[in-house]
Amino acid sequence: MEETLLAELRRVLGDRILSHEADDVPTIVVDAPALYDVVDALYSDENLAFRFLTTLFGMHYPAEAGQGERLGLQVLLYNMRKGQRLRVTCSFPVETPELRSLTPIFPAANWMERESYDFFGIRFAGHPNLKRILNIETMTVFPMRKDFPLEDQSRDDKDDRMFGR
Amino acid sequence: MSNPSQPFQPLSEAKTLSPVEPPPGIGGEGFFATTLDAAVGLARKGSMWPMIYATSCCGIEFMATAGAHYDIGRFGMERFSYSPRQADLLMVMGTVAKKLGPALREIYQQISEPRWVLAVGACASSGGIFDTYSVLQGIDRVIPVDVFVPGCPPRPEQILDGILRVHYLAKHESLRRRDSAEYKALLDHYGIE
Repeated sequence: MEETLLAELRRVLGDRILSHEADDVPTIVVDAPALYDVVDALYSDENLAFRFLTTLFGMHYPAEAGQGERLGLQVLLYNMRKGQRLRVTCSFPVETPELRSLTPIFPAANWMERESYDFFGIRFAGHPNLKRILNIETMTVFPMRKDFPLEDQSRDDKDDRMFGR
Repeated sequence: MSNPSQPFQPLSEAKTLSPVEPPPGIGGEGFFATTLDAAVGLARKGSMWPMIYATSCCGIEFMATAGAHYDIGRFGMERFSYSPRQADLLMVMGTVAKKLGPALREIYQQISEPRWVLAVGACASSGGIFDTYSVLQGIDRVIPVDVFVPGCPPRPEQILDGILRVHYLAKHESLRRRDSAEYKALLDHYGIE
């Protein structure tokens, strides 16, 4: 990551940056409960001024050695004046998929958070209208979680003798 | 003229789907006498207004079917009803998402009796290649279907064949069928009033 950007981020966020990496987009990892305050600080700071929410989406990490099943959220921010991008990411256990909604900072987060709820079951406290956005309202599962089978949910005409499985 | 002693063959056993074959009856110079059922069936099949419900590539094949080359107008169907209130046949062509299921069902409910449903293509019939969380695995899960047309997408000839099969059903349908206990049980099965 660019040194000046990192220094600025450290000035504003301090030790709230758990780790960072220079991917194609500079990335910082933060604690899930601190996500709202981090994004708020990045928005409010006159110098960093990340005031455009490019996108926001959920992720699912299946259980691995040394770490249980986790969900994640990535927030892509953009400073239009400088052309600077930043990815803020956090993860949290799948049992407590709760975050503070970013809609007070970015109204654009409204539908994206609904999508993250729809597909990953991430609940956003303080969201004005947290309900499914793309899938049918009666759906009871979160289909983008990796424990959700890709096929054979409601199909009963697939005969293995004919499908060669 | 078909044999009056065998007025109805099941669709699966029907050898011919001739659109011009007259019903059983007695004809002569300037007159033709037949049963009311057959006359009404003839009228129904001869001017069936389709309600178009095209969501994807099967709809493109349908557009070809409706065009000058395949010409659906040859079968008295060139007047498409974009209102379910005036339609006789609901043609579902393409992938129907689960979220669209209630809308499709409402369209079906708005079509007055007698009504027929043609499911065109693999997606409308069974979900097709989309064995996934968001796609309805066949429209027969929400509404009763009269004829399924296989194919991905089916060629216009296949769609015409499906239409002729619907016509066959309409032509040979008893006037009392829609009042029968079986038909009511079918609608009850789908929870349709």
